[in-house]
Amino acid sequence: MSDQTFTLDDQEIPFAPGQSVMQAALDAGVFVPHLCYHPEFRPHGSCKLCTVKINGRPATSCTTPAAAGLNVESNTPEILDKRRTLLQMLLVEGNHFCPSCEKSGHCKLQALGYELGVMTPHFNLIYPDRPVDASHPDVLLDFNRCILCELCIRASAEVDKKNVFSLSGRGITKHLIVNAESGRLADTDFALTDKAAQVCPVGVILPKKQGFSIPIGRRRYDAASMSAHVDEFKPTAKVQEERP
Amino acid sequence: MNTPRKLKVATTSLAGCFGCHMSLLDIDERILDLLQLVEFDRSPITDIKHCSACDIGIIEGGVCNAENVHVLREFRANCKILVAMGACAVNGGLPAQRNHLQLHEILTAVYATEGGLASGVQIPNDPELPLPLNQVHPIHEVVKVDYFLPGCPPSADAIWKFLTDLIAGRTPHLGHGLIHYD
Ligand code: SF4
Ligand code: SF4
Ligand code: FES
Repeated sequence: MSDQTFTLDDQEIPFAPGQSVMQAALDAGVFVPHLCYHPEFRPHGSCKLCTVKINGRPATSCTTPAAAGLNVESNTPEILDKRRTLLQMLLVEGNHFCPSCEKSGHCKLQALGYELGVMTPHFNLIYPDRPVDASHPDVLLDFNRCILCELCIRASAEVDKKNVFSLSGRGITKHLIVNAESGRLADTDFALTDKAAQVCPVGVILPKKQGFSIPIGRRRYDAASMSAHVDEFKPTAKVQEERP
Repeated sequence: MNTPRKLKVATTSLAGCFGCHMSLLDIDERILDLLQLVEFDRSPITDIKHCSACDIGIIEGGVCNAENVHVLREFRANCKILVAMGACAVNGGLPAQRNHLQLHEILTAVYATEGGLASGVQIPNDPELPLPLNQVHPIHEVVKVDYFLPGCPPSADAIWKFLTDLIAGRTPHLGHGLIHYD
């Protein structure tokens, strides 16, 4: 750890060379909301939830290298408002009916909605029509909840070396696909033990036969908010996997 | 003594299951405190059929048929503050899970092709019945909504915190443990 620091909302944050603003903040125990960041993977910069203002300009804290003397604003009404709008756009783009989602209570999208006080999706709902893939014996895919964070894609390619998932399409038609001729998960070598089966921040990749083993109301983010789990997101953390 | 005027509150259930109203009743004996502060106008609790001018209107359920739209507009026209209570009013909820299906396919499946109904049953077509909409919508897509209280249903404690904040003139704030989408 060097003795260099930057300022985050009036707090001095030390950082090691090569760390991002997000990593340094988390290491210092300061939570920055995020969905596509994962301590075991290279930053992706797609969800924009970690947006802060750095020397007056908006930037994603997960992709911006820490540097001495930066002035970072995170917990301000303006930034919180922008993050709420991002969450609302994610919520209306998919079908997020939490009462029937096995991930409810373990879901980071939901947990951030709670944390930031998102009381309404605000925009008109799109209600996309995305059939689920129940073909695999151990894992269900419900594409209706995908936020395109690419964590499963990264995990399957980099850790599992299987390349099971990809994104297809552009803009609003962009969607997650399974790399098989049939498009079905059962026709890949995907396994429940894969890293890719464990990284989804929302309720897309769900292990079968254990859905409600922990009752709603007693799950991870029911007990404590996402920011209270800040230690799990530190760059050095041995990550607790995102199982429902 | 000059006691403050009681606030007039109207409530209704559109495309909902009455679970939110049950959760409201689940505040138990606090309903007596509530009745010191408010009187109910149109509501399943009073059985008054139409709204008069109200301070607060509380809507459970989304909009799934033409009658829902009329009732919602009546509430909006009469209530100074309109509240969406529960998942269905906020984002369509369970009824909106039909939105990716064609309406005629659903009606045919329920009334014509599924087993269990007497033979000769047809899709109901009585002019008394409100026409279903093609899709179910949350209420903010139809009228302006002032406050939202998510939850399926919101817990009695969440409803109590929300209403007491609102009645006291504060912006309702639920905080961790009371804000829920499930
Ligand atoms: S993925 Fe998260 S936000 Fe979406 S329905 Fe499931 S619990 Fe709710
Ligand atoms: S399935 Fe999950 S992990 Fe994969 S891109 Fe979608 S949200 Fe991200
Ligand atoms: S966490 Fe930084 S963009 Fe997603």
